[in-house]
Amino acid sequence: MTTQVRTEPITVNLGPQHPSTHGVFRMRVTFDGEEIIDVEPIFGYLHRGSEKLAEERTYVQVVTLTDRMDYVGSMLNNQAYMLAVEKLAGVEPSPRGVWLRMIASELQRIASHLVAVGFLIQDLGAWGTPLIYTMREREKILDLFEMLCGARITNSYLRPGGVFMDAPEEFWPAMNAVLDELPPRIDDLDDLLTDNDIIFSRTKGVSVLTPEQMLDASITGPMLRAAGVDWDLRHRDPYDYYDQVKFERPLHTAGDNFARYWVRVQEMRESIKIVRQCEKMIEPGPVRPDHDDVPWLLRPPVGDAYAAIEHSKGELGFYLVSDGSISPYRCHVRAPSLINLTLLREMLVGELLADMFVSFGSVDINMGEVDR
Amino acid sequence: MSRAWDGAKLAEAIQKSLPDAVVDARGTDIWIAPRSVVEVMRLLRDDPEFRFELLSSVTAVDYISYFEVVYHLTSLTRNATAVVKSKCGIGRDEAKIPSVFDIWRGADLQEREVWDLMGIIFEGHPNHKRIMLWEGFPGHPLRKDFATYEQSIVPESEWRVPTALADELSAENGGAQGS
Repeated sequence: MTTQVRTEPITVNLGPQHPSTHGVFRMRVTFDGEEIIDVEPIFGYLHRGSEKLAEERTYVQVVTLTDRMDYVGSMLNNQAYMLAVEKLAGVEPSPRGVWLRMIASELQRIASHLVAVGFLIQDLGAWGTPLIYTMREREKILDLFEMLCGARITNSYLRPGGVFMDAPEEFWPAMNAVLDELPPRIDDLDDLLTDNDIIFSRTKGVSVLTPEQMLDASITGPMLRAAGVDWDLRHRDPYDYYDQVKFERPLHTAGDNFARYWVRVQEMRESIKIVRQCEKMIEPGPVRPDHDDVPWLLRPPVGDAYAAIEHSKGELGFYLVSDGSISPYRCHVRAPSLINLTLLREMLVGELLADMFVSFGSVDINMGEVDR
Repeated sequence: MSRAWDGAKLAEAIQKSLPDAVVDARGTDIWIAPRSVVEVMRLLRDDPEFRFELLSSVTAVDYISYFEVVYHLTSLTRNATAVVKSKCGIGRDEAKIPSVFDIWRGADLQEREVWDLMGIIFEGHPNHKRIMLWEGFPGHPLRKDFATYEQSIVPESEWRVPTALADELSAENGGAQGS
């Protein structure tokens, strides 16, 4: 004999201080038993008004603000901002500076994906061990950044037209050592996790999003590629010298949590290939244009410019408006972390409480960028 | 490389179906009338000539005498981009524009952000609430008349010390004077 147990819907307030929300994020979730029936995301706990602050700083000073948006992908933020400034001011970048910033941003992409994968596994309940493995690799990349610019997280490495200083001689052997070590470590990750039964049963078929849904909701990046849409700005709209390097674009068709995890792991391998090619192509020369050509106090002509890059989380764009003065009249950030959360409700409704943070983690957001 | 639509050509192509929607075209940008935003955007998404499936970004700029809402569109099938702008709130009052939520779901959070920080009302948005700041926050900070500096500096006469702490401090000061 079966009995039907009726349950009352219960509304739970998760966050903003919940340890699994990857920062200060709050969700008002309604459960029916263990099943999620409604989700309302509440943002703004880390809002620092970066866009307003940018209006009171010079073009070079704003670089430090971009570091603090997505603090797991500072180099990539710098790159997107610099592309917008260069487009606005008509700056011709130095080739060596561009190669250096491509190396930096690809290393940063690996570091960012390592964080995403590590925390995803952590959310699945594998406390500590896989996260420490991925953090160990990320630490080596941060050490490389320290050699490049003296900072590990908030780099501020890029300047209009290139980077602010050349890589020291010791950087190249150190980078090669890291790149040699990384592929076997990623294989380890694959062996331990990708073919793991528990991961399969927990992530496959959970929070499926179709490509049509995601395009409609402006979702880009690994999330979109995990549903089989071949859209990577490095390939479709090559900025910097991405048209001179060869790389594959890993695609998965499922669009579920596992696909999002898988795409990130494969993208790390492609980034290693790109860094190796950049190292071959780089030639001696100045790392940024002369101060006579590109002064510290840039005064771009009146106008506006939008430049976007393929960030580790999606399309990161900067929209700058200049009124001819030394600071931007308006600086808008098209933040992939915020926009990728548009479909959070659709992802979570109908799933179980235990899968909620896994799905949330698979979006790979960074609260610094969501709230800015 | 992505192809950026030339403003004049895009305006011409839109004018074939919607004769009085486009107001101006310069460089890669076109300006459309606020009342025809929904029609133009629907055309840009569905017409096989454009196919802008992805709404890259929605933002707004305060030009003091008016506001400008800026849409960046991307077409995956045609690998093209376009910039559509619309002036609203002439003379700073009644900054209103129709929402494109029904055309692209991606406008949801972005339009809420523009409302919150710039104070432009998106008519027809189903969840038209503040997103970064709390309900009841005075003003919209990205507007040029929102002065950050003056508002963040509190004059010394208005410095507030919690009452218990103030009592303790004055007792200490009194004690020091007495001894």
